Amino acid sequence: MSVTVVRNGQVCSSTGVVNADLVIEGEYISSLVEPGTPVEAAAHVFDASGCLLLPGLVDMHVHLREPGDEEAEDIRSGCAAAVAGGFTDIVAMPNTHPPQDSVGVVEFVREAAARAGLCRVHPAGCVTRARAGKELAGIRELAEAGVVIFTDDGDPVRDSRIMRRALEYVGFLGGLVADHCEDTQLTDGAQMNEGEVSGWLGLAGWPSVAEEIFVARDILLAEYTGSRVHLQHLSTAGAVRLVRDAKARGVMVSAEVTPHHLMLTDEKATEYDPVFKVNPPLRTAADRAAVRLGLADGTIDIVATDHAPHTPENKEEWTEARCGMLGLETALPLVWDLHRKGDLTLERLVDAMSSRPAHLAGLEPRGPLAAGQRADLCVFDMEHEWVVDPSGFHGKSRNTPYEGMTCTGRVRYTFVDGRPVFHADEKVGENKRPGRTAFLVEEGVASEGPTPRMPGRKK
Amino acid sequence: MSDYSASSDHVPAGAMQEISNHPRSLLAMGDLDVHRLGEILTLTQEFRSVLRRPIPKVPALRGKTIANCFFEDSTRTRCSFELAAKRLSADVITLTEKGSSLSKSESLRDTVRTLECMGVDGFVVRHHASGVPARIAAWVDHPVINGGDGAHEHPTQALVDLATLIEKWGSLAGARVLIVGDVAHSRVARSNVTAFTLAGASVSVCAPPTLLPPGIEGWPVTVSEDLDAEIPEADVVYLLRMQQERIVDDPVVPSLCEYARGFGFTEERARSLHSEAVVMHPGPMNRGVEIAASVADLPISLVEKQVSNGVAVRMAVLYLFFAGIP
Repeated sequence: MSVTVVRNGQVCSSTGVVNADLVIEGEYISSLVEPGTPVEAAAHVFDASGCLLLPGLVDMHVHLREPGDEEAEDIRSGCAAAVAGGFTDIVAMPNTHPPQDSVGVVEFVREAAARAGLCRVHPAGCVTRARAGKELAGIRELAEAGVVIFTDDGDPVRDSRIMRRALEYVGFLGGLVADHCEDTQLTDGAQMNEGEVSGWLGLAGWPSVAEEIFVARDILLAEYTGSRVHLQHLSTAGAVRLVRDAKARGVMVSAEVTPHHLMLTDEKATEYDPVFKVNPPLRTAADRAAVRLGLADGTIDIVATDHAPHTPENKEEWTEARCGMLGLETALPLVWDLHRKGDLTLERLVDAMSSRPAHLAGLEPRGPLAAGQRADLCVFDMEHEWVVDPSGFHGKSRNTPYEGMTCTGRVRYTFVDGRPVFHADEKVGENKRPGRTAFLVEEGVASEGPTPRMPGRKK
Repeated sequence: MSDYSASSDHVPAGAMQEISNHPRSLLAMGDLDVHRLGEILTLTQEFRSVLRRPIPKVPALRGKTIANCFFEDSTRTRCSFELAAKRLSADVITLTEKGSSLSKSESLRDTVRTLECMGVDGFVVRHHASGVPARIAAWVDHPVINGGDGAHEHPTQALVDLATLIEKWGSLAGARVLIVGDVAHSRVARSNVTAFTLAGASVSVCAPPTLLPPGIEGWPVTVSEDLDAEIPEADVVYLLRMQQERIVDDPVVPSLCEYARGFGFTEERARSLHSEAVVMHPGPMNRGVEIAASVADLPISLVEKQVSNGVAVRMAVLYLFFAGIP
């Protein structure tokens, strides 16, 4: 069995952050040892000086665009972006073309992910057939194929009766319904957050209440049916308050927030650069403060990127442009910034970006790094300063709202099942396929343990 | 010229931020400071006298080519820009959405870059979506004049209105302007609030709450819902167009008839104006809705004066923004 040592790092362990060398045997962490301890038969040694070793990150909300929109992203390029961001597991949203509402499409996504051999991809299933909102998708067959998260993301489940039945039926099969909360009658034609900025720019507004009405509805339906519900990309202070109150009552609700709603506000729309157009829209500074606080106090369970690649043609002019922005390759440095400034504890950061989303998505438990655990690692160079330059991104698209921003901290290595799948300083080799990092390996990700398993992988 | 007594600290934040980004373009009223505004109004006077000559033409822009990009229907603005360019001896190409490759789904960016490659020296842009002139200004190397974008701004209309009032009164300092109607969807309202404020007038706005934009409390205006109380106080009543389409998409008012009862400028309301007061409308008017047919034709109405000032004002703008460019 091959032995790998990650030396001189600071390890997020069950006893807090410790200086240790981390030894990997095969797919598992075999031990944490004193820095510099000789390790017999170490075939690979990685230097993690100045780095924090985190459990592999999990993103519950990624748009991989394949099948259907491969010009913006495909499964391989999306996985490359994920591992470059320290993610070892991502949940692929089902609004592909065709949508992931059948086992065939779900299997296609898994097989493409296995061929890419970078991170694990967990396809979400549609709540309704063809995401049309009219009838439930084949939820049992999807659940039997290992799908855990069900969502019509991009759209809400508009019909309250269908949402009620989905909550009951998905819950009974052990899955989790994730809703994109938007009253689309209130957002018809909307372009950006409704407020002082939209009023002056003359762009139709997306009122915060359109999100909150659906947050409230979903909470009430979950409470009434005794089901779990997951609320995607919360963006308003009112939504945070509703979730906080619901949790205090014991409602089984979980929620996510994106890095962009944690970092940016609707003031960014002033130049009409559609890279800042996103659904839900960037909100006010007060909303941003509320989601930060909600994340810090656990009202908002997790950070999820809502990574949404788009081609330049679809991001030309504000009104015609599609909604969405990239997230995978910048998420951790941005959330790290909240931690550095004292707005988020390290424990909450690790929980919100790794353990908690793994739990919600039904993955193998993960948490502080310890012997015996699967060797899924994000090695994060805490003090490394870099300027966001989309031309260096590993994904296919360039629609990042952070171009030119200086970040502190960057992912140096990502390990999946003990294998290094990303190395920040070794760029695309000449005889490698474009967009690939030198360390990206040919064979599939050997994932034995996690549920759901990835079928069709190669040994 | 007269005193425009600036109070630029009242210009809304959104407008102010646009100043520095494309200094060679006119994208919003906030791009102009008092000095620049004075230049435009002085030039307007000069071009007004040019237009009274037997041959109303000067060679000021000879050799320049202006692309008049009207991606939304327009009579007044398109024709007055075209005429203004011709009176300045510029070459003009006029592009509309229907007659261009945009109808073959060519991207907007490719369309304007194509024009630029042909040697265009400047653009006038009208579009149904807010922000398109700003985007185009970011894509091309030549100045862009906003000819009206969505519900954002229509700066040359505001300049026309200022020129019309200043021609009449010499100054707007201390004047009280009452803007009535659909401010939420009006690019004219946004530009005119900035323009009137910059010229030293105080602005109040009167409309049902469904027609007020979010965040208007941050604008340099006072808001009232009682039209009849406001009219006797006003020196200028500025009526905005009330569009039938608005009601179909979104029930902002139950009917145009009901709007006319509450906010239409009727003969009876016109009688409560003081003797020096005037009425303005950017056109096209819906007679019988926001303005009674008979009021539109009274001597207190400056509507036709506004239109006839359109050419001279746009000559001034084209000259100032396009004459100096290499």
